[in-house]
Amino acid sequence: MSAFTYIEGARRALAEELERDHRVWALGEDLGRGGVFKQYDGLQARFGAERVVDTPISEATIMGAAVGAALVGTRPVVEMRFSDFALCAVDELVNQAAKNRFMFGGQGRVPLVVRQPIGVWRSSGAQHSQSLESWWVHIPGLVVTAPATPADAYGLLKAAIRADDPVVHLEHKALWPLTGPAPESDAPAELGRGRIARPGRDVTIVAWSAAVHEAMAAANIAAARGVDVEVIDLRTLWPWDAEMVLSSVARTRRLVVAQEAVRDAGFGAEIVATVTEALGDRLETRPIRLGAPRIPVGYSAPLEAAYRVGPDNIAAALLRAVASPAAA
Amino acid sequence: MTQPADTAPPATDNGRRRRLIDHHATMWRIRAFERAAEDGLAAGHVNGAVHMSIGQEAVPTGVAAHLITEDVIASTHRGHGHSIAKGADLNGMMLELFGRAGGACAGKGGSMHIADFKVGMLGANGVVGAGLPIAVGAAQGLRLLGRAAIAVCYFGDGAANRGPFLESLNWAAVFKLPVLFVCEDNNWSATTRTATMSAGPGIAARSEALGVPALSIDGNDVEAVDEAAGRLIGLIRGGSGPRLLHARTYRLKGHTVTDAAPYRPADEVAARWEDDPIARNAAELKALGLDDDEIAAIEVAETARIAASVTAALAAPLPDTAAAFDDVQDIGRPRPGAEQGQAWSTHGAMGGIWALDRGTQL
Repeated sequence: MSAFTYIEGARRALAEELERDHRVWALGEDLGRGGVFKQYDGLQARFGAERVVDTPISEATIMGAAVGAALVGTRPVVEMRFSDFALCAVDELVNQAAKNRFMFGGQGRVPLVVRQPIGVWRSSGAQHSQSLESWWVHIPGLVVTAPATPADAYGLLKAAIRADDPVVHLEHKALWPLTGPAPESDAPAELGRGRIARPGRDVTIVAWSAAVHEAMAAANIAAARGVDVEVIDLRTLWPWDAEMVLSSVARTRRLVVAQEAVRDAGFGAEIVATVTEALGDRLETRPIRLGAPRIPVGYSAPLEAAYRVGPDNIAAALLRAVASPAAA
Repeated sequence: MTQPADTAPPATDNGRRRRLIDHHATMWRIRAFERAAEDGLAAGHVNGAVHMSIGQEAVPTGVAAHLITEDVIASTHRGHGHSIAKGADLNGMMLELFGRAGGACAGKGGSMHIADFKVGMLGANGVVGAGLPIAVGAAQGLRLLGRAAIAVCYFGDGAANRGPFLESLNWAAVFKLPVLFVCEDNNWSATTRTATMSAGPGIAARSEALGVPALSIDGNDVEAVDEAAGRLIGLIRGGSGPRLLHARTYRLKGHTVTDAAPYRPADEVAARWEDDPIARNAAELKALGLDDDEIAAIEVAETARIAASVTAALAAPLPDTAAAFDDVQDIGRPRPGAEQGQAWSTHGAMGGIWALDRGTQL
């Protein structure tokens, strides 16, 4: 099986979709130079400046123009540079893209993808490090994807581009160089399907994006202590694979959720709530929800570290889940 | 509705007469529609915030005379006139205001979100200035698809104080997009006089500074709007890039139907009624030889058309509650009645989850 990196997966997905469908185009700042992370490298030279478009620093109009262009029949891929900058385009995403189809009684569709690089990365501070997936999951009309692997960076981006709904595609900045197996085919991933990243019997941990890798590391630590952990990579956050999560927890009867984002009102709460509603009386232990403290990300290494969950904390939670019986 | 593009108003009296009669009919169609909306609101059939464009009808009337069905428009919260002038289905619009099944937006939008995509009316918008980037992107998309159509963006004076105004005009100029920006300068930002909130030499100057040539005209003179729009749209269709039409008009009513606008001096409003674009055009028609009865007949005919759409709306059923779940999204669509459990369908049947809920799989 061949291998490629997360960034190569993303680049290949967009190149293939630009090749396949003349209605697909990309727009954002500095794309002609490859984008901030070189995820667009070579694409403008190959597809031209009309289809890989360098724009002014005008996030609201990058997003709003994509809405208009989608309504007349194109399929724009919007680059937001950093997810934090997508906040300059919240009206265009939330009030326009997400609601258009409903508000106008199904007259139009807004098949756009907005790529938002998320997460803590290299001392980037409070305005270049956020994970705001819970904002977008909360909005009716949006699909939300969060690839953890190179294969999904490829397959989920392809699926997002082919979807007729607006999709918020969250790529993690720390994962760009990650190497992993390339998918067997050039088919898009199936939206709404999770992945059992590691099968296990004793406790289920649900994660997405970079936290999947921390959960895997934590599962190894727990395995050394005799605890067999099942790791679920959600891959898509809306719709999320509740079936996979519930059937896993129905087997293990224990749930831990790990997210990089701020824990309070984070997406992990939705998973815990759903599992508790569906299986509460069958759980052996109370669900455990991990996430960042409710602080902005600090620049200096120890301050940034205070924000991170990390494999050790996750492993401790896994061991706690297995050790403690549910309090009545 | 479809007319040959960039037709200049004919020079002959006969042609001019014909054109002003058409404009008169369009303006009355808009006004009669809005009066019916006011009556509907008073009677409790129409609800929510309804924004009147009474006094501003000449602007969309003159602009739309140069548009073809394939051209697209982005509109504002004060969008009835834009929609009607573009040729939207009147019955669909009235059903929508009355919140009935079969409305233009299936009862999802109301007055605030009136739209008719079939004629390129891409929607009234509840967010001031939001149509600007949408119109710019529509123009870019049309060009990418190789379609010879243009985009028109209506917006108000208040929107020129929002960021998207600067972004969109700059963007349209940079990419030389086929967009006509139409500023309906009605003097009012909701209940605030725009002049008290706007620095600098005005909207046309702002537009020029952003690289979009602008023309400022009397927006209550339908013939002046027609002529200016024709000239600018001709340039835009010819590949000259974006243009801005600054149409000076006045909002004769309050911000919404329920706003009595006590913040405005009565004599100011009374003086502005003297400048009513419909009355002005009637005087012009009279000068062209029409008699009072002929002019009144236009009003009567349009009022009757609108009355018929009201009758149809009153007879139509309300939408089924289940329709609230339609057209949200395909992937992860909501499921009626599932709020207490799993309110989505991940991939078709939810047998697994429901079975788990019933405990049969454990």
